[in-house]
Amino acid sequence: MKAKSVDRIMTGVIVGIGFLIIALLAALLGYLLIRGVGHISWHFLTSAPESIRSGGGIGPQLFNSLFLLVLTMIITVPLGLGAGIYMSEYAKQNRLTAFIRLIVEVLSSFPSIVVGLFGLLVIVNRFGLGLSLMSGALALTVFNLPLMVRITEQALRAVPREQKEAGLALGLSRWRTITTVMLPISLPAIVTGTILAAGRVFGEAAALLFTAGMSSPRLDFSDWNPLHHTSPLNPFRPAETLAVHIWKVNSEGLAPDAAQIAAGASAVLVITVLLFNLGARWLGRALYRKLTAGR
Amino acid sequence: MIIETKQLQLYYGKFQALKDVDLTIPEKSITAFIGPSGCGKSTLLRTLNRMNDTIPGVRIEGEVVIQDRNIYDGETEVEFLRKRVGMVFQQPNPFPKTIYDNVAYGPRLHGTTKKSELDAIVEKSLRSASLWHEVKDVLKKSAWSLSGGQQQRLCIARALAVEPDILLMDESTSALDPISTTKIEELTRELKKSYTIVMVTHNMHQAARISDRTVFFLNGEVVESADTEQLFRAPRDQRTEDYISGRFG
Ligand SMILES: Nc1ncnc2c1ncn2[C@@H]1O[C@H](COP(=O)(O)OP(=O)(O)OP(=O)(O)O)[C@@H](O)[C@H]1O
Ligand SMILES: [Mg+2]
Repeated sequence: MKAKSVDRIMTGVIVGIGFLIIALLAALLGYLLIRGVGHISWHFLTSAPESIRSGGGIGPQLFNSLFLLVLTMIITVPLGLGAGIYMSEYAKQNRLTAFIRLIVEVLSSFPSIVVGLFGLLVIVNRFGLGLSLMSGALALTVFNLPLMVRITEQALRAVPREQKEAGLALGLSRWRTITTVMLPISLPAIVTGTILAAGRVFGEAAALLFTAGMSSPRLDFSDWNPLHHTSPLNPFRPAETLAVHIWKVNSEGLAPDAAQIAAGASAVLVITVLLFNLGARWLGRALYRKLTAGR
Repeated sequence: MIIETKQLQLYYGKFQALKDVDLTIPEKSITAFIGPSGCGKSTLLRTLNRMNDTIPGVRIEGEVVIQDRNIYDGETEVEFLRKRVGMVFQQPNPFPKTIYDNVAYGPRLHGTTKKSELDAIVEKSLRSASLWHEVKDVLKKSAWSLSGGQQQRLCIARALAVEPDILLMDESTSALDPISTTKIEELTRELKKSYTIVMVTHNMHQAARISDRTVFFLNGEVVESADTEQLFRAPRDQRTEDYISGRFG
């Protein structure tokens, strides 16, 4: 009898906590959206910011965020896949790999401001990459790469043993079994995980303050030659991202509509990250269905 | 004698799972491994295509000679070995691909690319696995849409498609209903005309029904290995008799 009532009370407490968290989250999201959505317009999304007058937009910042995301992913996805495959399929399970795994965990949970300072000291100054998209991407790599490694490793470990053995038993090499049997099966999990990781990259600010910088050169959106200085595609130019822009406008914006701009930009950021999350789920499920159903 | 083991010992770390196994398995016949759970049947079966290589901490001593070569001589390529020694598992495990792609999978990765050749292999293999008539119109459907028994026959077809000489079956009917089991038993009887089949079974009646030779294991050792008919009619070892009369296990 007693165990039963304790059980009931604890269940109630846990459900209560759950609801509290959901309510908090909903309030936070609602507040951000209600304040900001009214300010979002095509003009706002595409035009350059104004420093003193009102009516500025977030066009370049939005572009910078997306471009930085792409750059980071170009670096981390192949490396993360490779390392994840190695850790799950090739590495011996001993102290060394346990240690590597620990480091990977620690790296991915590093405070981003520390990663930013590390980026400033090592990437920006020592390697001489300067305040640039490339420096920003490398700094983001520091905590995104471990995440990608873990996502890949866990996804591969989740592949049923029978599937792997079926491949090996047909006389395929280990590598072929991994690439043609295991990777396709773990693809939904990898894709979902990657997009979720991308959400974090997209919203990151602290690690970028001292690496990608807090300003952009004037961009010429008709010049797509990545070697030109004012080209948006030049990875070696400084670039203020959306999240950094929000921080800057909020703390030192001089335009009379600074508060609205920050609110609007926050709403854009939140909506984009939400879309990433929903997209990840949808794509993961769609891939899984495609994988398990006939063509 | 297509397969011969000589003083085979296998250790999982410190635990010895196979002890002094000396066996000969004749060509184009069905050999059944029987014995209580945990006696090492699967372990021995998996030494024959070196599937145990994938388990860390496994150590093997002695020889396994297949077609006149010791496969543990350090020179045999596992990929080549496993092409000759196919395997069907306990649970049907088709790939999440179409029926066609499941069967064509092995040949494709071993270098057959011509559509017409693949078509021919797929049809031949599915016919050999007596599945062709059931699936010939739905080859592009997912393999996972088939019933368990069909899936298992598809796995047999998939194994046959890379043209092995030997087929290992580890309790391949234990997850299936009686009708599917009967179908696969009939199929194995048919297949032994062209393949050497080694099967593990928990079901003594199955061993008695379809195998030519039966090997009885206990605690990692071969207790008795004889013609099936003789082993079940007049076992030489008291422990064999106890087991087949259901006194333990
Ligand atoms: N990967 C492993 N690591 C350590 N011990 C193992 C491993 N696989 C099997 N064993 C042990 O080796 C012995 C033989 O196992 P095996 O799977 O070959 O038995 P089996 O005869 O196939 O049994 P069953 O009829 O239950 O399938 C058992 O005692 C088992 O616990
Ligand atoms: Mg077994």
